[in-house]
Amino acid sequence: MHVASLSLTDFRSYPEVELTLEPGATAFVGPNGQGKTNLVEALGYVATHSSHRVATDAPLVRHGAQRAVVRAVIVRDDRRALVEVEINPGRANRARVNRSPVPRPRDALGLLRTVLFAPEDLALVKGDPSERRRFMDELLVARAPRFAAVRADYERVLKQRNTLLRTAAASRAGRRRAPRRQDDDAAFAAAGAGDVLSTLEIWDTHLVRFGAELLAARLHLVDLLRPLAAKAYATLAPSSGLADLEYRASGLSTDIPTLGTNRELLAECIRAGLAEARQAELERGVTLVGPHRDDLLLRLGELPARGYASHGESWSFALALRLAAYDLLRTDGGDPVLILDDVFAELDGQRRRRLTEIVAPAEQVLITAAVPDDVPPELTGARFDVTEGSVTRVR
Amino acid sequence: MYEGVVQNLIDELGLLPGVGPKSAQRIAFHLLAADPADVKRLAHALLEVKEKVRFCRVCGNVAAEEECRICRDQRRDPQVICVVEEPKDVVAIERTREFRGRYHVLGGAISPIDGVGPDDLKIRELMVRLADGQVTELILATDPNLEGEATATYLARLVKPLGLKVTRLASGLPVGGDLEYADEVTLGRAFEGRRLLDV
Ligand SMILES: [Zn+2]
Repeated sequence: MHVASLSLTDFRSYPEVELTLEPGATAFVGPNGQGKTNLVEALGYVATHSSHRVATDAPLVRHGAQRAVVRAVIVRDDRRALVEVEINPGRANRARVNRSPVPRPRDALGLLRTVLFAPEDLALVKGDPSERRRFMDELLVARAPRFAAVRADYERVLKQRNTLLRTAAASRAGRRRAPRRQDDDAAFAAAGAGDVLSTLEIWDTHLVRFGAELLAARLHLVDLLRPLAAKAYATLAPSSGLADLEYRASGLSTDIPTLGTNRELLAECIRAGLAEARQAELERGVTLVGPHRDDLLLRLGELPARGYASHGESWSFALALRLAAYDLLRTDGGDPVLILDDVFAELDGQRRRRLTEIVAPAEQVLITAAVPDDVPPELTGARFDVTEGSVTRVR
Repeated sequence: MYEGVVQNLIDELGLLPGVGPKSAQRIAFHLLAADPADVKRLAHALLEVKEKVRFCRVCGNVAAEEECRICRDQRRDPQVICVVEEPKDVVAIERTREFRGRYHVLGGAISPIDGVGPDDLKIRELMVRLADGQVTELILATDPNLEGEATATYLARLVKPLGLKVTRLASGLPVGGDLEYADEVTLGRAFEGRRLLDV
């Protein structure tokens, strides 16, 4: 697939901009802070409904504007689709496909698939587990958009359940601080706390259901990614050790790999984990078991990459994960659009060459760079110069 | 901030659901500019609804008398009770003409983030209605979203010892939405294809 046009209204620094794009390589060249990354960030937003640079949507809207709009025409197998996303910070976004509003913005996911490489990717290796969970979940959604709903449902259950646990924890603490008469306490235990426990079981049921679905999907995904990431890492850094991935489920006593991706077994396992953690959860007022606490362990040889890999190895691992994602998406639904945001400047000669060889055949590659020399000659194509928020096609 | 009475009006309007501070201000100034007769009519309608409309003492639906129209209707089947979240859901289901039983309006759904637990809903009242054993089927028509599902599961477990038939509207309803937004045909079909709920 490729993007045939991109237009922004009140997105970041741009009041209004419209670009016509073509298959092949396109470079956006300009000094940092002048708006080139905003262009590819907007495109990434159409694909994932989130930014690769900020966690909230407010910075995406131009100062003084109420909302931002990103429109992209996506061409896939000669079929064109116009996707429009209206970003409303603090309120629900809206989306339209071919000028018809869709019931929920997430119904527009999956029409554009991108793989975005950026300096922020280093956090995939060095950052918190949340970075790696996000990597897995965004890939799940790109492969099967219905996972956006599973993820949203899971998040919602989690929020409800955590609130309930917090309420229970607060009322327990309150009782400890101010001891009442004993019969009062008994009455409270019968009504209030009993009430919390009875409804907690309901949320457990839902947490287990969506949690098992998400967990099974992530485990299957990691199975698919493992050989691809190892291959990509070996290509980027042939002299370094073997790169491997392992899914780490937190709070589950059973060894996950022995369960495979059987949802019923995984559900049983999460249920057992919740039962075991019940007391701790009631004390701390937070859900301690489930895919929201899991991690993807990255290993180089025998050692975890986080904490042990050098800067160069970390970079190669991050690139290898993105390349594995690219490989996977390519085999199940056509070439995704590749976005290389300011990455070539970060790489040494060898990694730069290898990356170029891998991405050059893609249907569309969008590159941002501070200077023209940062774009490898093999990726010479259309070029836009971006200075002070104005975008001019120069080639 | 505006002069006392204007600010009072803005504050009061701002308490209404779905009305933010900006809308409250806009409505207030619209009312200031409006014809006095129009404003009197609105004020009268507001007072009248509080004076004349109340909630049915049996089912919790809006009613003009002690009991609502449906509860007073002897032709409605007393053996089947359909549980909904809000009075507007009764209206939506009545439009389908698929249902000839009685209703029970909970007044919401279980939702810890909104501070709503089982005790905040008319669940005790429902249990009282079920106590005499006359009801044979309970249809759980809470909204097809997470909170509606959770409420349905809670109720199904609660009434399980009573041994009556507990059903849930068939899927096909737009998931994640409100019952009231489902069109008549979809909602009618969901009623017809309701399934036994096993908890
Ligand atoms: Zn009634």
